[in-house]
Amino acid sequence: MRRNAGRITYAPMAPLRPVSAAEIESLAIGAWILGTGGGGSPYLALLNMRTLYRHGARVSLLDPLDLADDDLVAVVSNMGAPLVGQERLTDPRTIARAVEMMEEYIGRRFRAIMAVEIGGGNALQPFMAAALLDRPVVDADAMGRAFPEAQMTSFAIHDLQMYPLTLADVRDNAVIVARAASWKWMERLSRKACVEVGSVAATCKAPRTGKEVKACGILHTTSKAIRLGETVQAARRAHRDPIEAVLEVERGLLLFRGKIRDVARRTTEGFLRGSATVDGLDEFRGRTFDLAFQNEFAVGWLDGVPRVTTPDLICVMDTVSGEAIGTETLRYGQRVSVVALPAPPVLLTPKGLEHVGPRAFGYDLDFHTVFGAPGA
Amino acid sequence: MPRRRPPTSGGGRAAPAPATRIGVDVGGTNTDAVLLENRRVVRAVKTPTTPDVTTGVARALRMLMTSESAGLAAPVAEARGSVEGRPPTSRAGLAAPVTAVMIGTTHFTNAVVQRRDLTPVAAIRIGLPASASLEPFVDWPDDLGAIVRGEVFMLEGGHEYDGRPLVPLDTAGVRAAARRIRAAGYTSVGVAAVFSPLNPSCEEQAAEILRDECPGVAITLSHQLGRLGLLERENATLLNAALVHLAGKTTRAFADALRASGVVAPLYLTQNDGTVTLAEAAERFPVYSFASGPTNSMRGAAFLSGRRDALVVDVGGTTTDVGSLRHGFPREANSVVEVGGVRTLFRMPDLLSLGLGGGSLVRDEPLSVGPQSVGYRLLERARVFGGPDLTATDIAVAAGLLDLGDRSRVAGLPASLVTEALARMRAMLEDGVDRMKTDARDEPLIAVGGGCFLVPERLPGVSEVLHVPHQAVANAVGAAIAQVSGEVDQVFQGLGREEAIARARRLAEEQAARAGADPATLGVVEVEDLPIAYLPGNSLRVRVRVVGDIARA
Repeated sequence: MRRNAGRITYAPMAPLRPVSAAEIESLAIGAWILGTGGGGSPYLALLNMRTLYRHGARVSLLDPLDLADDDLVAVVSNMGAPLVGQERLTDPRTIARAVEMMEEYIGRRFRAIMAVEIGGGNALQPFMAAALLDRPVVDADAMGRAFPEAQMTSFAIHDLQMYPLTLADVRDNAVIVARAASWKWMERLSRKACVEVGSVAATCKAPRTGKEVKACGILHTTSKAIRLGETVQAARRAHRDPIEAVLEVERGLLLFRGKIRDVARRTTEGFLRGSATVDGLDEFRGRTFDLAFQNEFAVGWLDGVPRVTTPDLICVMDTVSGEAIGTETLRYGQRVSVVALPAPPVLLTPKGLEHVGPRAFGYDLDFHTVFGAPGA
Repeated sequence: MPRRRPPTSGGGRAAPAPATRIGVDVGGTNTDAVLLENRRVVRAVKTPTTPDVTTGVARALRMLMTSESAGLAAPVAEARGSVEGRPPTSRAGLAAPVTAVMIGTTHFTNAVVQRRDLTPVAAIRIGLPASASLEPFVDWPDDLGAIVRGEVFMLEGGHEYDGRPLVPLDTAGVRAAARRIRAAGYTSVGVAAVFSPLNPSCEEQAAEILRDECPGVAITLSHQLGRLGLLERENATLLNAALVHLAGKTTRAFADALRASGVVAPLYLTQNDGTVTLAEAAERFPVYSFASGPTNSMRGAAFLSGRRDALVVDVGGTTTDVGSLRHGFPREANSVVEVGGVRTLFRMPDLLSLGLGGGSLVRDEPLSVGPQSVGYRLLERARVFGGPDLTATDIAVAAGLLDLGDRSRVAGLPASLVTEALARMRAMLEDGVDRMKTDARDEPLIAVGGGCFLVPERLPGVSEVLHVPHQAVANAVGAAIAQVSGEVDQVFQGLGREEAIARARRLAEEQAARAGADPATLGVVEVEDLPIAYLPGNSLRVRVRVVGDIARA
């Protein structure tokens, strides 16, 4: 029997809950919002899931608190440039192969599979692998959103071991990073291999024990993303304001509403950095909101004064449809709402802020959450 | 949006214009034609579109060129078939021979939307082992897929983002597929290879093998349709392949109409971006004509008003299109555009369609306006014409905005209904206009189309509402003034930004020259550069569009 330590803090769930096709659709919508501008669109992964479900596959969700301490969990993500992903389309077989490579390498079978980031297309990668390997997906991730680098995870914040890592290419190329001196080194080594095989690869990160997931993972983020997507869908169906519904359900904060006046982008050190300026509409008329991004939205200024910074989730959504807008698809003239959603508590700790606070992104700003004192 | 630059030179500007041009717009309901002399509209006609297309176009051309025109005009939705402009003397009375005929048509979009006249297509995807799980037609609506989807061949080949081969092309596989295609009797094939916009060689080799094995088969290659994004580019390719026979037939009908009316001039088809391509080249790419109707009406509005930056509201019988002019061209949609339920990504104007037009049905208790419309049956159905239905036109007549039909038939309408219906229409337009605005500053708005009387004289965020002469045939005017364009969208590596843009510009200029442009008149209308996250070596995706005047024969 599985132990259920700590269960009281969370809503109880059945140990293995089948995920319906409709929930996969909702997950894609919610994950795109939690991507906070990055993480890549989940569209292609969603198409894969529709195809798999049409052919009879069904994936179940496993509550992380139902993991045994010595269970082993595969942590997966697709690595690479979103643009390359538009030509070399994500494939369930590749991500499943990365998982199988890891099982062969460590000589143990994974009990379940989880996402490294719940934001963007990577939220669906464990589902694609799970559908082929007949394993459940753990209702958790290691970011609670999307971040650009490997050391920006709750596992890194907790100083867990970062190796080994397996990397699978669509051709018969397989790379195993057996050891790395640090999370930064792991990022550098695996990034190099990824670029060599065409800037897109499926990876299986360092395996995690059930105990590690329960203690250091960010729990129940998959079901949170599904719920977020369902909220938007329900609001659209009822012709209600989807942004309002998201704010209500996720206890978020509307920071600004307006129209994008300017967008500038540049690539430095392999990241998409840039800024966008939004001119206020409605109650924000006459005011200006500036956004800075590094793949994801990192900082927002209201009339020149810092208003919100990472790790608070900065989500830019289409004001009418409630659809999330990525940093690559920001466009002059879009009518957007800038929404803040609460970050997972682990990211707000001093150690967490070292990894994912504004200074980790090169902004000389102190972090002040828009939601009051951390943990409040 | 990434950095965008204003035009660098005379592109899109009033370069020395050809003397005499004819513009034709073949809509679902009406065929409009105008004659331009030295950039002045001298004649305009409107006549019903005929099922065979040829008859209607030939009639419009004859009406335009001869003095007997008025007698040929049949009653159509907008009051009646009409000829405006100065009375012509005879064909010989024209200032100069016609130098070009430009035709815009919504025929191909309608074919997709109405699922008719489509050809089953065999699809060849080159890119295995990559992209294997998502096959061609993967996200198509079932009903459209049932008509168009033929056999699918997945083969090895394709390229990386930096131009390296992914794996060698499986030429034997292509040959086997080609033989199967011939044996199965497919007449149209779509070919899409991974990263073909960067390196088209796999698609070109496949085309060569197809020509060899299946003589006469129509071949659409995805790199000819541009943008990165395999599924969306492939979708456009397959739609194009499904329409290519219809396009050939339609173009021949246009040419026949030209001959029948005695006009001797090169024939051009107008494109989504407000430019034209010689008909013999354009008929291979019907998808490039998808949105040419609204585009032409926006370009026509720009020309007739003399404004280059403005909002345009085109009110038709059933829908209203709201768009935005930048440097005289419609602002382009940057994101995915759905056509008949299929996701595509290529040059399309950024448009907002509202379910409001002159024929929109107005209902009371609760009040509603549109989206149902009497459409082309306005003359039978509207109250002012003695019909049973209450339409937006009836409300406008009752309110005194318009004098049409028999006003006494709407005299009995409750004043509150008229006021409330007008307020509702106004709110719809206000919201649409505001959504398309890209700037907080007030902008001018040009109102065109048969239903433009519905546009109020004052709107929030609008500096002035402009009405222009010949507004009912703005689309045909837009066709008549069209120029020729070329466009490139590629990833460049290891080049400085300026050098990458210069190289893209040269490629775009070559493409425009092939499409019939005079190289001396080419200018850049759009530059967009997008650095690519994660890719090494200063990777830059550059999109450049150039336009120029039609080369004189």
